[in-house]
Amino acid sequence: MNVRRLFLIFVPYLWLLALFLVPFLIVLKIALSDGALAIPPYIPTLDFSNGWEGIKTFFAGLDMENFIFLTEDELYWRAYLSSLQIAAISTAITLLVGYPIAYGMAKAPDEWRPTLMMLVILPFWTSFLIRVYSWMGILSQEGFLNQFLLWTGIINDPLTILNTNTAVYIGIVYTYLPFMILPIYAAIEKLDESLLEAAEDLGCSRMQAFWLVTIPLSKSGIIAGCFLVFIPALGEFVIPSVLGGSKTLMIGKVLWEEFFSNRDWPVASAVAVILLLILVIPIILFQRNEQKQRESEG
Amino acid sequence: MFKHGDFMAHSSSTSTFAPWEDSEQKPLIQFKNVTKRFGSFTAIDNLNLDIFEQEFFALLGPSGCGKTTLMRMLAGFESATEGTILLDGQDMAPVPPNKRAVNMMFQSYALFPHLTVADNVAFGLKRSDMPKSEIEGRVDEMLRLVRLEKFATRKPHQISGGQRQRVALARSLAKAPKLLLLDEPLGALDKKLRQDTQFELMDIQEKTGTTFVIVTHDQEEAMTVASRVAVMDEGRLVQVDTPARIYENPNSVYVADFIGDVNIIEGNASNKGDGLVEINWAEGQPAIQGTATNAVQDGTRVTFAIRPEKVSITQERVSDKANCIEGKVLDIAYLGNISTYHVELPSGHVIKAQAANNRRLARRSFTWEDAVWLSFTDTAGIVLSDNAGG
Amino acid sequence: MTRRFSWFNATSLTLGFTFLYLPMLILIIYSFNASKLVTVWAGFSTKWYGELLHNEAFLDAAWVTLKVAVLSSTFATVLGTMAAYVMVRGGRFRGRTLFSGMIYAPLVMPEVITGLSLLLLFIAIGLDRGVVTIVLAHTTFSMCYVSVVVSSRLVTFDRSLEEAALDLGCSPFDAFKSVTLPIIAPAVISGWLLAFTLSLDDLVIASFTSGPSSTTLPIKIFSAVRLGVSPEINALSTIMIAIVAIGVITASLVSKQAIARRQNEEQKALKQ
Repeated sequence: MNVRRLFLIFVPYLWLLALFLVPFLIVLKIALSDGALAIPPYIPTLDFSNGWEGIKTFFAGLDMENFIFLTEDELYWRAYLSSLQIAAISTAITLLVGYPIAYGMAKAPDEWRPTLMMLVILPFWTSFLIRVYSWMGILSQEGFLNQFLLWTGIINDPLTILNTNTAVYIGIVYTYLPFMILPIYAAIEKLDESLLEAAEDLGCSRMQAFWLVTIPLSKSGIIAGCFLVFIPALGEFVIPSVLGGSKTLMIGKVLWEEFFSNRDWPVASAVAVILLLILVIPIILFQRNEQKQRESEG
Repeated sequence: MFKHGDFMAHSSSTSTFAPWEDSEQKPLIQFKNVTKRFGSFTAIDNLNLDIFEQEFFALLGPSGCGKTTLMRMLAGFESATEGTILLDGQDMAPVPPNKRAVNMMFQSYALFPHLTVADNVAFGLKRSDMPKSEIEGRVDEMLRLVRLEKFATRKPHQISGGQRQRVALARSLAKAPKLLLLDEPLGALDKKLRQDTQFELMDIQEKTGTTFVIVTHDQEEAMTVASRVAVMDEGRLVQVDTPARIYENPNSVYVADFIGDVNIIEGNASNKGDGLVEINWAEGQPAIQGTATNAVQDGTRVTFAIRPEKVSITQERVSDKANCIEGKVLDIAYLGNISTYHVELPSGHVIKAQAANNRRLARRSFTWEDAVWLSFTDTAGIVLSDNAGG
Repeated sequence: MTRRFSWFNATSLTLGFTFLYLPMLILIIYSFNASKLVTVWAGFSTKWYGELLHNEAFLDAAWVTLKVAVLSSTFATVLGTMAAYVMVRGGRFRGRTLFSGMIYAPLVMPEVITGLSLLLLFIAIGLDRGVVTIVLAHTTFSMCYVSVVVSSRLVTFDRSLEEAALDLGCSPFDAFKSVTLPIIAPAVISGWLLAFTLSLDDLVIASFTSGPSSTTLPIKIFSAVRLGVSPEINALSTIMIAIVAIGVITASLVSKQAIARRQNEEQKALKQ
């Protein structure tokens, strides 16, 4: 093996080991430690000056106490469950909103498609924080939505939307919509028009052809889109803290507060470890879906 | 359809060139017991081959037969698992591709899209020890050779497919390699252009005197351009010979079947002396008289192979040929200049016979269901025993 | 085939894109509002832009953000391109599975976890938090994005081009420099741009890894936003949206033109 190849492999490899894997192992280790009024605020710390004894005491000091604490305190249970619920519901809403848009794009005249595509991608490049922030002015008590609804006479008193879970749903749907649209668009766009014609030729109505041909054949796009929304939504921090209220429980926010406000590093680390364990399932399912799609495309 | 005349013209013009028959000649390339495995798959199986200077050598075979692997080993992109490859007597194993006096013309042409035609041709020269002042002259010379002087400043996407093919050729010849490898060089061209280019390739090969090794799956192309053809199958050389001998004297059913169209009849052999063999192939049918290239044992199972154009088709029985069999016309494939008749024999065998259409269609003498006679001489077909050629 | 919009598709597209763009449009319009009350229109004014230019804290944060973004996206592009090359061309080596896992994991890792773990690392090795730590953190997660962008280009790259370069006398490094790199340059550039915007936008990881003297713009905006909507933030957002929009639209127009020109030239070449 030549030196250049080794260099090429080693530099990014070492970088990722040092700044991705090692930090994660540290999180795992601290999750097994106990909180303390010290700097750093946890014990035990690894002390090599005592040699083998030091290492032994270190491992003896690790325990599952934080994880037991998490299962006992109702707050964390509710936070995980509510994160799952919020992520799942907003994924479903995003699918309902995104599918017609993706469908409309795929069926649009050829000369329109690049423009539509760019319009979907543009928000990707725009600051996430700003896009979430833009809803504050709309959803607040005296915001544009309430002004509009009062003006039309649908409601008589302004609705409270900002700082509720509803606002979080809106925020997630809005910011992650492009992630849903793009894979579904790609799936429908590939679909051979003659399949629909064949279905109609064989006696399907347009609607039946849509349910029996288009939907099943865009399934992989739907699945990919759902995971692309669900996975990041589950660990979301910005949206619940900007649009959500004090009652909005999401695990990303809990972790943040545990760390910055309570300064309880071991519990924050344990929260992180469990969040990752929960995420492993959808990530593996997503990978499978991608794999299957690649295989079916040859 | 295969045209006989194409390679005859060529082989007669180089009839004096046959270094492989001269034991004094030292080969340019030697494969010695070369085996190449990819995991458990054996791509090249214990292969021995000599290629001589100034040869135009064709590696012919279906996809997956190992011909591309063989070529990539010459270029240095693959290394042999076992055995040695010698170039000019020197072992090539430790020499990396960029240090070999071997250049390759890629199937995709692999023209650098970001460089002009002239820069593509100059690419290899700039990395050789040629002085800068001479590079320009050499590039001009190469572009003249392939008639692309006017396109020097174009980018590859600004020229046609045929022109790209010629740029690739000029680029790989620019460094005057000892050996030029051509990987399916004409595969991307349409049929008409391909035929013209075949002659141009032969012309350039003769002008430059470079040894060419071409990989192709197109038997017609191999027969047209090459001085010798190696027919490959499953990592082994089945037959290495001149195009004419490959066609007229295939050493196995595989080669006979791969090159051109052939009728195959199996039967039991009995020797009649002077290389003549009688083959009993069906009850109640006269034995076929054929010529064996290798000695065959009496009573062994053999295959008789005969080209359709060597089978005459007539309405009446003929007496001047050693073999004459009756049958009826099952199908007629009209190909313009010739027609191929599929004739069913009473035994159920279907034999193809070809006849030139020197009359107008309306006056053609045979039609479906006609009873006809097929005849051929005792030297028209050959008798192959299964162990021959391997 | 010429197609037209059906009424259903036209409606869903109109509603969909209204949903996507209306909030930003309102934000932009109200950044020119003369009133401090963000939901009541009181005439056109650019005074919030003026105030923004005199807000030292915002200008400092913008400067830090820009520094971090330029540095981290440059490192990320180099490392990410190397990683992509290893993934696509590196062949088999010990630990390849772990390597590809580490490249893809940060893409799905919640930012809070990435931020937390990096912070704990910096504390463990005693590295003071500041611009350096943010650059390290941003480089790490954006190199993975760069590597995905670049490797998707490398996968479709005709390998025989590299072999041709070797065949014509290039060393492997020379072949990469004079053939591969110029051809994949567009992907490398878009990888850099992606890394740049990721760094520019990042709030969570920067919050974990920044020190008191190295506040970035998103951190600044976030703390302001928590107090409610402010016209100054509207103005700042408008500037950021405008920069991105101009950048993206220009880039897509340029590449569209390049493609059209190329197609035109190819057509001409065919007719010769």
